[in-house]
Amino acid sequence: MLLIPCPWCGPRDEAEFHYGGQAHVAYPQDPAALSDEQWARYLFFRDNPKGVFAERWSHSAGCRRWFNALRDTATNEIHAVYRVGEPKPVTS
Amino acid sequence: MMQLPEHPDWLWESAAPKRSYDVVIVGAGGHGLATAYYLARNHGITDVAVLERGWLAGGNMARNTTIIRSNYLWDESAGIYEHALKLWETLEEELDYPLLFSQRGVLNLAHSLQDVRDSVRRVEANRLNGVDAEWLDPRQVKEVCPIVNISQDVRYPVLGATFQPRAGIAKHDHVAWGFAKAAAALGVHFVENCEVTGLRVSNGRVTGVETTRGTIGAGRVALCAAGHTSVVAATAGIDLPLQSHPLQALVSELLEPVHPTVVMSNAVHVYVSQAHKGELVMGAGIDAANSYRQRGAFHIIERQMAAALELFPVFARAHVLRTWGGVVDVSPDASPIVGLSPVEGLYLNCGWGTGGFKATPGVGWCFAHTVAHDEPHPLTAPFSLDRFVTGALVDEHGAAAVAH
Ligand SMILES: Cc1cc2nc3c(=O)[nH]c(=O)nc-3n(C[C@H](O)[C@H](O)[C@H](O)COP(=O)(O)OP(=O)(O)OC[C@H]3O[C@@H](n4cnc5c(N)ncnc54)[C@H](O)[C@@H]3O)c2cc1C
Ligand SMILES: [Zn+2]
Repeated sequence: MLLIPCPWCGPRDEAEFHYGGQAHVAYPQDPAALSDEQWARYLFFRDNPKGVFAERWSHSAGCRRWFNALRDTATNEIHAVYRVGEPKPVTS
Repeated sequence: MMQLPEHPDWLWESAAPKRSYDVVIVGAGGHGLATAYYLARNHGITDVAVLERGWLAGGNMARNTTIIRSNYLWDESAGIYEHALKLWETLEEELDYPLLFSQRGVLNLAHSLQDVRDSVRRVEANRLNGVDAEWLDPRQVKEVCPIVNISQDVRYPVLGATFQPRAGIAKHDHVAWGFAKAAAALGVHFVENCEVTGLRVSNGRVTGVETTRGTIGAGRVALCAAGHTSVVAATAGIDLPLQSHPLQALVSELLEPVHPTVVMSNAVHVYVSQAHKGELVMGAGIDAANSYRQRGAFHIIERQMAAALELFPVFARAHVLRTWGGVVDVSPDASPIVGLSPVEGLYLNCGWGTGGFKATPGVGWCFAHTVAHDEPHPLTAPFSLDRFVTGALVDEHGAAAVAH
């Protein structure tokens, strides 16, 4: 089980959280203007790197707030957590 | 002094790679091996190498819970899974190798009114597609599997189940070895400890692969890398609608035969069979978060055991002997992606997620056709990558979901 440091509550067990997939996926500004290919990309395609991944978590059994994390999907190591709206931290 | 027995004959040789092949298959799991076999057997293409990053069939092929069935909802799925099931029914003779294929049936339990409606609908759809299926009430469920608790006083009572009598299990390692032995006899090379680190593409056409054992030329390249497909495809600039997740399973110690069939429950997230040797084999759902680590979180196992105990109170004194995980490639509609890719001569077989073992002979058959003829096989044509653009999804979340 992951130990996830909620930016508000500190480190808690993964079982308290809900996963939200890739972070920083913006809703298209004008969906109707998108081609079918562009709409498909927005709807179905998400990054799937073996390495550092920016993702969303909700502390659903705690403060119930959403936040973002940078986690390495090859090791599960969490490099950073940051609040929604903050830019993605740069990791080395 | 005690003498050790002679080492049995090798079933295949682990080859050193040649400089080039007509066809290179990436990944020696069940799908890569079956594809190699049918390329040689059905299409006479034998200048084939299967490249494997680890050892032959050490990925999900070694880690799955071996459930075989074809009772999916949609016509497209019935087509490919039933084709596979028919091949399973004669595969031991075909490969001349014991696979311990056992058609002991599968029960998919319903625990809510909506489950019941969906299940009855699926039974009717299966029948229209010539797939054997029955709807059983709780008493009939108990007749098929006496150890299931059908008390209505539990949190998720059993309200009935779909039953596919021709479904069952097989010995996964034997399936891999059977395909490998038969393909090796037809001239296919298996190159182990050979990771593909890049696809070589020139003018929109694949020309070979970079590997940890050097560059290998290829007329065509067939991807069968399961959980690592996104990583390999990305080296040719191809994005796929896949997410890689850990999926776990576990076994108990060896027990007397108590469980005659396969029982699956989407609602409480557990499925159970008893292997020939006697261990109870159980699986759960995927870890929610993406990961390439071949291990999942323990709370998933804990929940799965709680669900198993409510369904099978008789397991209360069994012990968990071993748990393990694999990395599965999950697609948005819980159906696979099989067919052509944006790069000429490069073919996709991925997105089987939690349920591709059952398809092994069927997908090998159809994917070999795709590679040989540079066109989708009719049975896998609905599973093209462009369905995500056209919207013609094959949504099998109801029949696949956590289940296999
Ligand atoms: C715990 C668990 C339970 C499951 N239960 C069932 C079940 O009951 N029924 C069912 O139908 N399905 C089940 N599945 C799913 C099934 O195992 C997979 O869908 C299926 O095995 C995928 O096809 P494969 O056998 O070719 O995959 P794999 O055996 O994973 O083969 C892919 C191979 O590609 C290799 N590879 C990856 N990247 C590279 C590279 N860059 N270069 C070279 N080689 C590479 C890997 O090492 C691996 O050997 C289960 C899976 C898991 C993990
Ligand atoms: Zn919190």
